[in-house]
Amino acid sequence: MASYFRPASLEEALVIRADADVMPIAGGTDVYPAKVSRAGWGDMSHKDVLDISAITSLRGLSQSDTHWRLGALVTWSEVARASLPASLRGLQQAAREVGGVQIQNRGTVAGNICTASPAGDGAPNLLALDAEIELASRTGTRRVAMRDFITGYRQTACRPDELVTAILIPKLPEQAEAIFLKLGARRYLVISIAMVSALAVCDGAGRILDVRLAVGACSATPQRLASLEQALIGEPIAGAGAKVGKQHLAHLSPIDDVRGSAAYRLDAALTLVRDALDGLAGSARRAA
Amino acid sequence: MQQRVDTERIVLTLNGHEQTIDAEPFASLADTLREKLGLTGTKIGCEAGDCGACTVLLDGRQVCACLVPTCQADGCDVTTVEGAGPHGLTDKLRNAFLAHGAAQCGICTPGMLMAATDLLATQPAPSRADIEDALGGVLCRCTGYTKIIEAVADVAANRALKAPTAEAGHAVGSRIARVDGFPKVAGTDRFGADEAPADALWMRVIRSPHARAQFTFGDLDALKARVPGLVAVLTAKDVPGENSFGVFPHLKDQPVLAEGHVRFRGEAVAALIGTREAIETLSDRDVPITWERLPALETTEAAVDQHAPQLHDFAKGNILARGHLRTGDAPNAHAQSAATAEGNFETAFVEHAYIEPEAGYALPVGDGPERIEVVACTQAPYMDLEDTARALGFPPSRVRIRPTACGGGFGGKLDVSVQPLLAVAAWVTKRPVRIIYSRTESMASTTKRHPAKIWAKSSADAQGRLTSFEMIGDFNTGAYSSWGPTVANRVPVHGMGPYKVPNAWLRTRAIFTNTTPAGAFRGFGIPQAAIANETLMDDLAEKLGIDRWQIRRANALDHGDRTASGQVIKHSAGLPMCLDALKPDWDEGLARVAAFNATSQRVKRGLGIACMWYGCGNTSLSNPSTMRITLAQDGTLTFLNGAVDIGQGSSTVLLQIAADALGLPPQAFRMIVGDTDLTADAGKTSASRQTFVSGNASRLAGEDLRRKILALANAGPEARLSLESNRLTIIDGEASRTIDLATLAADANGIVLDGNGTWDPPTTTLDENGQGVPYATYGFAAQIAEVEVDTQLGTTRVVGIVAAHDVGRAVNPTLVEGQIHGGIAQGLGLALMEEFIPGRTENLHDYLIPTAGDIPPIKIHLVEDPELDGPYGAKGVGEPALIATAPAILAAIRHATGVRVDRVPVLPHRLWAALKAGEEAEA
Ligand SMILES: Cc1cc2nc3c(=O)[nH]c(=O)nc-3n(C[C@@H](O)[C@@H](O)[C@H](O)COP(=O)(O)OP(=O)(O)OC[C@H]3O[C@@H](n4cnc5c(N)ncnc54)[C@H](O)[C@@H]3O)c2cc1C
Ligand code: FES
Ligand code: FES
Repeated sequence: MASYFRPASLEEALVIRADADVMPIAGGTDVYPAKVSRAGWGDMSHKDVLDISAITSLRGLSQSDTHWRLGALVTWSEVARASLPASLRGLQQAAREVGGVQIQNRGTVAGNICTASPAGDGAPNLLALDAEIELASRTGTRRVAMRDFITGYRQTACRPDELVTAILIPKLPEQAEAIFLKLGARRYLVISIAMVSALAVCDGAGRILDVRLAVGACSATPQRLASLEQALIGEPIAGAGAKVGKQHLAHLSPIDDVRGSAAYRLDAALTLVRDALDGLAGSARRAA
Repeated sequence: MQQRVDTERIVLTLNGHEQTIDAEPFASLADTLREKLGLTGTKIGCEAGDCGACTVLLDGRQVCACLVPTCQADGCDVTTVEGAGPHGLTDKLRNAFLAHGAAQCGICTPGMLMAATDLLATQPAPSRADIEDALGGVLCRCTGYTKIIEAVADVAANRALKAPTAEAGHAVGSRIARVDGFPKVAGTDRFGADEAPADALWMRVIRSPHARAQFTFGDLDALKARVPGLVAVLTAKDVPGENSFGVFPHLKDQPVLAEGHVRFRGEAVAALIGTREAIETLSDRDVPITWERLPALETTEAAVDQHAPQLHDFAKGNILARGHLRTGDAPNAHAQSAATAEGNFETAFVEHAYIEPEAGYALPVGDGPERIEVVACTQAPYMDLEDTARALGFPPSRVRIRPTACGGGFGGKLDVSVQPLLAVAAWVTKRPVRIIYSRTESMASTTKRHPAKIWAKSSADAQGRLTSFEMIGDFNTGAYSSWGPTVANRVPVHGMGPYKVPNAWLRTRAIFTNTTPAGAFRGFGIPQAAIANETLMDDLAEKLGIDRWQIRRANALDHGDRTASGQVIKHSAGLPMCLDALKPDWDEGLARVAAFNATSQRVKRGLGIACMWYGCGNTSLSNPSTMRITLAQDGTLTFLNGAVDIGQGSSTVLLQIAADALGLPPQAFRMIVGDTDLTADAGKTSASRQTFVSGNASRLAGEDLRRKILALANAGPEARLSLESNRLTIIDGEASRTIDLATLAADANGIVLDGNGTWDPPTTTLDENGQGVPYATYGFAAQIAEVEVDTQLGTTRVVGIVAAHDVGRAVNPTLVEGQIHGGIAQGLGLALMEEFIPGRTENLHDYLIPTAGDIPPIKIHLVEDPELDGPYGAKGVGEPALIATAPAILAAIRHATGVRVDRVPVLPHRLWAALKAGEEAEA
């Protein structure tokens, strides 16, 4: 039977992490399904478990002058309920679309990106927000940019002796707006076929000063659309959607699976990117 | 550092009371509640967060208890269905669920109640969207969510609907609450996994990971010696009787445990029996099995190839069964017709996805043991009895089947699953043995809806009257027979739809492949066939320029019409009435859709219509039901009912019928349901037969007892009865007589009077051309679907359904509506999202069924064209509810987009591809 550790402090946890091959558990919404999926075909084994839920220093959503800080134990529901600026609206929309309410109440944002599923709803938002991931080990703390954190299909930069302690999101100008669009085959409890997170900062005349677009479920890891972002700088947000072309998504490499074909994913991503920009234009209009 | 190996002391507040437990820290809270604390109200349907059946409140918020490590509940407030909830909210919701008929099988009910409690505690005035959001994480396969949402909305609005109680003689037609409803809303109903003797051993089945393979075992005795707590490893050679089971006496082709050769991924090869810890820590890879994979036949095309290996000796060319119907000269009639349409259609494997995985236990009784009792969820106790006795090599009298509450069936629990395995395990170990299938195991090993490949061709004259219909259908029956022959036989009778067709030729085959066995699933092949024939109806309407409603009305079977099997429909033929009821909805819908589309470019709406029919009872086979009512010396009135209620409400409906036949109110009865030692064979709960067939048996039993009572009192047929403890009063006009039951002579069981009823629907065998009277009566329906399609993304949202169903007589309108809602939800799933692929969609994460947010508002017209052969005019509705939905949705998609869909499910990427192909063709 697996050993179970539930330390109350980060220091203790990092000692355990350094000494043993343990699987961290926060909300458990990925850990248990993975265990059940193995057991479904007769693999009854499980690693030892490091439960981080009693570490109070990992809780809570806070802010400094420059950043929003999501402790590693912040759940989707906490994100959904918090009052946050419009730049975090995409993340909040994702928070309301992850699974169902039960999953949102338990699942953490940090756990979501540690699982690093290509269909994870957290990553595209954090990618668009240029978030940084704070990692701690016995030897110290480091920060990794979100774009470097997910390194491959279900792989991250988190070393076996490290824990994610927080997600840091740089603050943006007040007029920044964000949106998240998720495509699935039913209303609730659905894994994305494709999703898009978009964020824009416009000037008073509705011209784009800064724009970030990230697409999920269309490559092994979520991808920013760098060429499109560059092309849109200085353009009016109204009508920006119409400027999106296939070439802007050329670096995506979606797969065929039971949820959708590769060709469909790519085309749907194109549609969602246009819709997201149109959505941002709509919010900009309403704000004006 | 705190290292925990075994158990840990955990203190939590459970339903308001502090509780200290020693639990394994990593065990899920759901498991601890159920197995440590005996609080089995919290259900487990998947252990993976996908079904929400385990929903409890943790510090007031809904969570899946299957995903919470028990030690994380330390110091927390835990509220389960067993509690009253904050401000008694859960109790209020319970009453509302009961009154609305929001609990059918009841397996999702505890989770629904907890999710709704969370919502109403934090948001007293929720909108419908808020309610859907809150319930979105709990799946229900029975109700279509409609009545659940209504019940929650009622409590939010402080309305308290009360279900009526029926007076003597007025039960039929009344919306009484289901008689087995209270335990379901209280969380006290006992399902397959909810009880077992404390000393029961646990069993886990080892299943083939390969679709076709040979295998040999290594030294299993050495394994047993090595693993503490492992008591036995069962293999085929431990099966004392015949190692085979199956639905039909001549087709018992599925082994209880495979004998060196497997034919599908998920087939049982061995079973580990021991302590729970032993069987749950021993991995399959540690069991010495050597596999030799063989090429598998995955499709029907591969299976009928002349070089294909033969999967069963008795089935030449891998063909299990053929069905056939021929009348007139169909090929020639096509040639003479004004318009002809044809096409190929394809459907997928569909999983029943009942929320309760198979579970139960077996108990050895007496020395030897003398008998084996199996307590498990089932739809067919007498069929379980037969196959269990067969596996044991016992006469049937040495086996007893005691059904637990059944958390959904839909055809999937007609075949045996755990029963023979458990019985053999109890026989070998001489101990009680229990098993709970995992979700993956349930999905990988139990039957599915047959995938179909259908070619069909239909013709009409210039007025749109059908002249000819042809169909050739291949049904993938998987690795074993199960109900394959039934599907092959039912489809030719129904395949042309509920229409008059003078010339028809239909041929079907059920074909063996190396895939999951396909068996019974609500509709037995007719939902697949309906997709073909209804699409062709629309083709013909289009070709002839006739309205789609009109062409159906012109062809609808009516009283006195002949079916293609040559049967004249004498009474109850309410399809024209159903269509007439829908006409205003159809006209308004067309106008609404046109107005919407005039201003909407990307999102398009569409309206579709489809009809269905369905023969109640077995095809041309005797399928009797026997019911009994007893009156004891002490006045106990008992309804001994062998029909298992799988959530559809047969216990309630049959009681309503029996009560009116006897002349006492339903409340006067006590019920015993489906125990093979106590109740007679009522036949299986399938083929929409219980209301019709067992309903008649119940009526006859009630009438029989009434006749005896009236004779005793010398009273006339109009006399009224009343029963108060042991005093039975008979009031006949002015005269009244009271009988003291205690003074009557009683049998050994204290019974003084009884009533018995047996009924078998009148049918005839079909000749070589499929001509005859296959069913005594048919259910009819027509449904309209309205959809909204995003033509860029290929996504479809169903925005409304209007359903008109001829049920003969609605014995309990609330329950009938519940069947229709649930059938529509399953039809919606079939049309838009459900596709079981062995090895890929073996869980409820990847296999999608509709959630609370996917079901549109449903409007129902109940049409009652009485069936004179039915009890009080009633006939079945269980399967009819589902059949018209998918074709209506497909027709609506076509109306919205111009895409004629010929393959389900219409996943977004498939519709998108068809839309693209259409655009390219136009360009
Ligand atoms: C029914 C259901 C529906 C779902 N739907 C969606 C959906 O729609 N969209 C979506 O994106 N996701 C979905 N998910 C997955 C989502 O719930 C998770 O990704 C969740 O956010 C993970 O958080 P957790 O706290 O539960 O992680 P856990 O299960 O506790 O952990 C997840 C992984 O991260 C590791 N880990 C956790 N915390 C840390 C840490 N601080 N440092 C290092 N490693 C860590 C764990 O070892 C594990 O490998 C769904 C899950 C379920 C069960
Ligand atoms: S059992 Fe917990 S969600 Fe299914
Ligand atoms: S009543 Fe909901 S699953 Fe049966």
